[in-house]
Parts: sequence; C-alpha cells; structure tokens
Amino acid sequence: MALEAALASPRRLARRLAEGLDGPLLGLALALAAIGLATLYSAAYDQPERVSSQLGNLAVALAAMWLAARVPPQTLMRFAPPAYLAGLALLVAVALFGDVVNGARRWLHVGVARFQPAEIMKLALPMMLAWYFHRKEASLRLRDFAAAGLLLAVPVALIARQPDLGTAVLVAAVGFYVIFFAGIGWRPLAALGVAAAAGTVPFWGMLHDYQRKRILTLLDPSQDPLGAGYHTIQSTIAVGSGGVAGKGWLHGTQAHLEFIPERHTDFIFAVYSEEFGLIGNGLLLALYAGLVARGLMIAANAATFFSRLLAAAITLMFFTYAFVNMGMVSGILPVVGVPLPFVSYGGSALATLFLGVGILMSIQRHRKLVQT
Amino acid sequence: MSLAELKDHQRELHRFRLRVGIAGAAVLAAFALLFARFFYLQVLQHDTYASKAEENRISIVPISPNRGLILDRNGVVLARNYSAYTLEIFPRRVRDLEATIGELAELVEIQPKDRARFRKLLAEARNAESLPIRTRLSDEEVARFAAHRYRFPGVEIKARLFRQYPRGEAASHVVGYIGRINARDQERLAELGVEANYRGTDFIGKAGLEASYQQELHGTTGFEQVEIDAAGRGIRTLARTPAQAGNNLTLTLDIRLQEVAEQAFGERRGALVALEPASGAVLAFVSRPGYDPNLFVDGIDPQSWESLNGSADRPLNNRAVAGLYPPGSTFKPFMAMAALELGKRTPKSAIQDPGYFEFGGRRFRDSKPGGHGHVDLYGSIVKSSDTFYYMLANDLGIDAIAGFMRQFGFGAKSGIDLEGEARGVLPSPAWKRERFRRPEQQKWYAGETISIGIGQGYNAYTPMQLALAVATLAANGEMYRPRLVAHVDDVRTGERRALEPALARRLALRPENLEFVRRAMAGVNREGTGARAFAGAPYSSGGKTGTAQVIGLKQGEKYDEKRLAESLRDHSLFIAFAPAEHPRIALAVVVENSGFGARAAAPVARVVLDYFLLGKLPEAAAKGAEEQG
Repeated sequence: MALEAALASPRRLARRLAEGLDGPLLGLALALAAIGLATLYSAAYDQPERVSSQLGNLAVALAAMWLAARVPPQTLMRFAPPAYLAGLALLVAVALFGDVVNGARRWLHVGVARFQPAEIMKLALPMMLAWYFHRKEASLRLRDFAAAGLLLAVPVALIARQPDLGTAVLVAAVGFYVIFFAGIGWRPLAALGVAAAAGTVPFWGMLHDYQRKRILTLLDPSQDPLGAGYHTIQSTIAVGSGGVAGKGWLHGTQAHLEFIPERHTDFIFAVYSEEFGLIGNGLLLALYAGLVARGLMIAANAATFFSRLLAAAITLMFFTYAFVNMGMVSGILPVVGVPLPFVSYGGSALATLFLGVGILMSIQRHRKLVQT
Repeated sequence: MSLAELKDHQRELHRFRLRVGIAGAAVLAAFALLFARFFYLQVLQHDTYASKAEENRISIVPISPNRGLILDRNGVVLARNYSAYTLEIFPRRVRDLEATIGELAELVEIQPKDRARFRKLLAEARNAESLPIRTRLSDEEVARFAAHRYRFPGVEIKARLFRQYPRGEAASHVVGYIGRINARDQERLAELGVEANYRGTDFIGKAGLEASYQQELHGTTGFEQVEIDAAGRGIRTLARTPAQAGNNLTLTLDIRLQEVAEQAFGERRGALVALEPASGAVLAFVSRPGYDPNLFVDGIDPQSWESLNGSADRPLNNRAVAGLYPPGSTFKPFMAMAALELGKRTPKSAIQDPGYFEFGGRRFRDSKPGGHGHVDLYGSIVKSSDTFYYMLANDLGIDAIAGFMRQFGFGAKSGIDLEGEARGVLPSPAWKRERFRRPEQQKWYAGETISIGIGQGYNAYTPMQLALAVATLAANGEMYRPRLVAHVDDVRTGERRALEPALARRLALRPENLEFVRRAMAGVNREGTGARAFAGAPYSSGGKTGTAQVIGLKQGEKYDEKRLAESLRDHSLFIAFAPAEHPRIALAVVVENSGFGARAAAPVARVVLDYFLLGKLPEAAAKGAEEQG
C-alpha cells in the first residue's frame, strides 16, 4: 500500500528516497564525481567506453551509499567484528590463491568478477577498532591501545606484502586515526612516532625493489627519468604547464600526447590540473575541505563513542586519499597507488568511498536518537 | 547515569572535540601546503613547465630487441631475422583509410591480398599504433614514396626486422611461427607481468618452439629518449638504453635427417618421432603435411589461411604430438612385456592358433585367415599373431593392462617442450566411467578387453607416446623426458646453458625380460613382418609392424582395401630401434591410410635408420643429389 501511495505521488517518492541522506555531503561528493567524469571524458578520448563504464560504477556506488545510510550505527557496530574477520580471511585467501596482475597478488576471483579484498579493510578496520574502543570506553588503558595496534598491524602487513603500498598506507592511516581520536595520550603518541621512525629500517628491507626505487626517486626524480621518475616528471610538467587558468577542458597536451601514465586512474589529477589550472585546483581543494569539515562536524555531534570514532576516521580517510594523491602527482610525495577520491576511474574505490559517505549520513541521522 | 559518570562523559566528549579541532587544523595546514605547491608550480615556475610541455617534449620510444635464432644441432639456421622496409599506416592519424590506400597504390604496388590483411589486422589489433599495408618494399618503392611523403600524413616507412624460416616447410611443426600480438596474447603477457618488456614488440611466438620458448627468444626491450616537437615528430635522441637480443636455441634435431625423414613420406600424411633413448633428445620430428611458416610472418593473408586451415589434410595439425592413433600390433611387444613381468606367460608359453579366439559367443578373427598354427611368445611378436594377444589380454584383465602400460607413458603427455600435446586414451574401466555419461556406456565389458590386446579398441596414442615407449624399452626401462632444445645461448654474454637430460622415471623391469622382447623385435626385422623392409641392412635393428583400423569391421565382414574410400583405409605403423644391441635411436612412424604397417611405415623407418646410422641417402634422393652435384 505504501508503495502504491508513493508511486502515486512522485514528489513523495522522491522525499522518501532522499530520507536520511545528508544534503551537504551528497552535494559535495556528487560535485567531485562530476569533475571526475568531465576529466575522464578528456583523458579517455581514445577509450570513450570508459566514461559510460564509470557512470555505471557511480550508479552502483550511489546505491551502496543509499543502503548504508539506512543502516543504523548500532547494527553497523554488530557487524564490525565479523566484517573484520571476513576481510582478514579474504586477505589470507589472496595471499594463497590470488591472481597476479602487474606483478602484484591483489585480486580474488568470485564467480565471474574479480575484486581486491584489501578494499574491504578500508572500512572494516576502522569499524573494528571503533567497536573495540567503544566496548572499553570507560577505562582505556595503554594496553588497549597496544591491542588496537595489533588489530591494525596484521591486515596492514598482509596488504603491504601483496604488494600494495598505497592501500597499506591508507589502511594504516585510517586505523591510526581511530586510535588518535580514541584519546591515546600525547606521550605514547610521541613514543609511537619514534617507534615508527625506527620501524622504517626493517620496513625498508621488506619493500620490493620497485617500491624502494619509487621512494628514492622522490628525492631526485631526474635520477631515473625512464623508469620510476618518469611518472613524477611528466605529471609535474602537466601541473606546472597548466598555469593559473589551465589550458582548457579537452586541451591538455600532456594528457593527449600520452605523456601522463595511468591518466584515467591514479594520475587523473595531472590531467585535471593541466586543463583547469590553479583555479581548478583551488576549487578541488575547497570541495575536499568542505567534505572534511562536514564529516568532522558529524563526528563531533555523533551519539556514541563508536560512531564518533568511525565518522572521524572515515572523514580523515577521505582527506588522506586526496592529500596523498595530489601530493604524489605534484611531486611532493612518493608515487604510491592511491586514487583521487570520487574522481579517479575505478569501481572498487568509488564504491568504498560512497559507502563511507553513506555511513557518515547514517551517523548524522541517528545523532540524537540514542543520546542520553 | 551517575553524576560522576556524566562528568566523565563530558570530559571525554570535550577531549574528542579538541582532537577533532586539531585534526581539522592539520587538514587545513596540509591543504595549504598543497596549494603552496600548486602556486609554486603553476605560477612561479609556470614558464619553465609551460615551455617544457610546449616545446621540449621528451618521448620514451621503445627499441624492440632482436629475436633469438633457432639452429639445428649442427648450427644450420632454421629461423632468423632480416631487415626490410614496410609501409605503415597510423590509423588514428588518417581520416579516410580507403582513400589513402587508394592513393598509395599509385606509388607502390598494393595487392588485394595486402588490403585484406590490413583490414584483418585493423579489426584484430584495435589499439595498435601503426599497421603495415605493404611489407618488404623495394629500394625503388621506398624512394618513390619518400618523394611524395608530404602528401601522406599518418603514413610512414619503417625499417623492421622480419622473421624468416630459410628451410621453409622443413621441421615446420617443430620451429612453428610468429604472428602479431593479439588481444589474447596481450592478456597472457599481462598475467605473466611482462607487459612492459613488450612495449614496442609487435610479434610473438604462436606455434612450435617459437611459442614454447617465447620468453627466451624475445630478449629485453631497450628505450630511447627522444625529443619531439608539438606535432609529435622526433627531433633528436637524448639518451639510449640499447635492447638486449633474445637467446639463441640450438636443437637436438639434425635438419638433414629431418629432411630425409620428411621426404620419405612423399605426399602421404603421417608422423614420425625419433628419440635418443639415453637422453630423450629428439632426433627427428615429422608431421606431414607441413606448411610454410613464412606465410604467417607478416600476418597471413586470408586466402592462404583458408587454404591451410580448410584443407582436408589438416597441415596445421601437429600429428606427432596431437594426432591420436590406435597403435595396432605395435602394442604387442609391450603386451608381451606385461605378460612376462606379471608372470602370466613365460618365453616357453605357446598356443595352437586356429585363426580366431572365441569369447562370449563372439569370434575375434586373426588377420591371417586359418591362423599361425603353433605360436610361442617369440613367434607371437615375429609373426604378429592376434589370437595369442586376444587370449593374453583376456588372461591379464583390463586393470593389469592399463596399470602396466601407464608406466610406459601411454595415455599421458610426454612433457616435450612444445605446446598443444594431446594426452591420448589409455582405456580402463575408470576412464570409461569418466568419459561417458549414460550408465550403460560407462560399464566396461570383458569383450572390450580382448581387442585392447592387439592395440585396437579405445586405444589412442600420439606418435610421440609410441616413440617414447620404444625408447624406454631400448634404454632398459629408463624414461627420459623428450626435448627438442639442446642448449640456450645468451648472445650478449656468450654464456651457454645446456638443457640436461631429465630422467622422468625408471621402470622396474627384469633385464632378462627386456632382453627377450628386444630379441623378438630384432627377429621381426630379420625373419618376421619387417624382414622385407630391412633386407640387406648392414646393421641390426629391432622393430614391430602395426596396422590400425580406422573403422570397426562387423563380424564376418571381410576387409577389402580397394573398396574402401581412401580416408577410411587402415593406418600403417612401425616402431623400431637400432642398433639392436646398443640402441642409439628409437622411433615410431605412422603413415595414414596406407594399409599394412610392413608396406608403408617400415620402409620410412628404414630410410631414417639408414641415414642416421650410415649417412646413406635413399636412392631417389641420392640420385637427385648426384645430379645436382
């Protein structure tokens, strides 16, 4: 009956569909996705099918967001440990039976489709940690933070081994944010910083040659202009040659003469920056800043410890994506495989991001319901 | 909630909000840093980067490596490269392809065949930079095009290396051929994670050793840093990392022996595999008819493809490893071996052969009407008595036969270094259960075991499997994995990597039994079914003839060769080793639709053994050589 009534009045249907969606968040994310599609249209001049494929990805991602916005944080909390364990099991499965693409073992076959289980951890890990801290809320001790560190370290190590440095960095960062917001003391935090610095030594040993090369070339890209430095040199030229106003949409020469590698995915920002210049970059930064501001506001007003931690961590994950990607394209961070959030081509990342947006919306919607 | 708890809660919320504030400030700082970087690049350094982008573009141009050569055991070249000019069209830069090709045809000769090939390449390789419309231009044609080059943007002359197979059809199924990289190859390269090394490579091994040793032959791609102008034309080379040529392959084959063997087949279809028993080295590897691999090199034109692929003789089919044939009576020495090893017969066991064996009310006929009379184990091989092996198969039972034959490699891939090997069929009740769907088909009938004994029934093996089984018999039960490549040479370092003989397994067989079966096989060539073919041979050899039925004969029906269509006639088979005492060569021959093994296949084996052991050319070829010399 409700369905019939809803169908009878399209306006009511629209209102029902939009129920629980956060206007500012949705607006910002869609604006970014629109920028992504426009840039992709330019970057994929030789493969126009990519644009329609990305539109499909966007539809799926929006559906995921819509569903997530309808799941109360309470339910989400119950799902946290199983989601985390499932993610962990899948990562182990990848290590054992995964497909190798471009020399890295990241993909798992599920029926006809392939996906990267590491993607799941981007949300499952902060959920798990937030769940853990929520249970111990009243009395957080140092050893709780140590246990949380272990929960964080296992999946990160598995992902780094694949090897997928970009995702490992993201997952580690989002886990760290939960620990930070849970209130770890400043002194342990400082100690953690020192330990992390010391940890880079064995970590350096764990890295693959090509990963080391990427980090070394960051210091001096001209050292290896044909190999690892090529990406950075060419993307920096693209950004720099864009100037204040950019070369105009569809007129980026670096992109169209195929100087920018991976110009649909991780380096799409180089294409955007070349065509829209400093003004475009300013707009993009403003959109991301708006997204972060809205997310942190939702976190500050969230009802429970769990939702506060989760909202803040997801928000800062968006920031980390954006910062690392733009940093690497403009040559101040090493080249790790991190997409520009909501903009880069690719279905998995887009789905994860919009799922995160959906969770934020749900937290915002339930901010008063359980408040005591 | 108590007051204290509430206070606690408030304090905690306060702390959280403080940290949110800190995080927000950090985010702003990070974005400010990014903006500063953008400002530095896009405002302060804009002129530098703008000129870098607009005037001095550096393009990375891959240099494809020279493909490794393929040589026979004596260093005779079987596959090499030569440089030639091609006329290439960049489809993305040409607006009207048909018109352009039409105008080009006024300058250089472009046949319908070339147009058809170009269209095919265009359809297959969607993302290719440039595609050839004409290959192997003459100097005159190059000059003529160069004079009119300005009229054709998007058309260029390129110097390319082409693959050439100087021996043409000889050993075509061994060497194989290369072809353009297609979407499926691309996918496979991506899976192997070697895509980067194939930037600039257009060709890849498609068949034979060209395919199975692709990674060895390919080499390492080099790169050239070229300065290009705004239109994408190269101005000058800045830096160069040379390509490293692929490795050369030296085969175990002797191309002269190979050619002698191929000529021995004449126009007939069939296959031959000759192995060195003590190492598994392939000495000759024939599949007839062959094809000219040179046809594939520039992308085969549809007409030639149709005539090769559509031919009833299936020249592209590698019969030596993918052709399946019932072994016929060449199976008998292995059956005799099974009988001795499993204790079902002794060298003294004998039967009275009436010309048939009756089982379950059905008569299994001997190929000799009236039978061979008194036949012992030795005689059963020399005279090829069917009745003897009908009875033996019945006594052994199918499970014992299948279990014994499996050791000799029947029904399993030999593991030779070629792709596309067939497994064949070693019949057993388990195989039948798996092979068939309906329950009544899945059941094994005792009557089916009888014809297995003479190599008929479901038996189906490749000539390679037969040759390997004979080689194993000749090498006292040691089975070496067959291989075509003797060593791989790194041209750059001069390093030679020999591929050592690989012992696949050692069969536990009693020496006196091996000795007995080999003696009986020597008897075949001295006084039995192979005696005519080997009359006057100055060396000793062992052999066994075989005739494989293509169609099943109904009971009581008499086989009349003349009445049957050629394609339904029996296959002629022969297995052999020589010299009998210390075999240096073991082989299997199949001549399709040529009737009795003694008549067609045994003479082919004789020619090969004569040349291998004596260096003697067959009479016809010798006469030809004399006339030439």
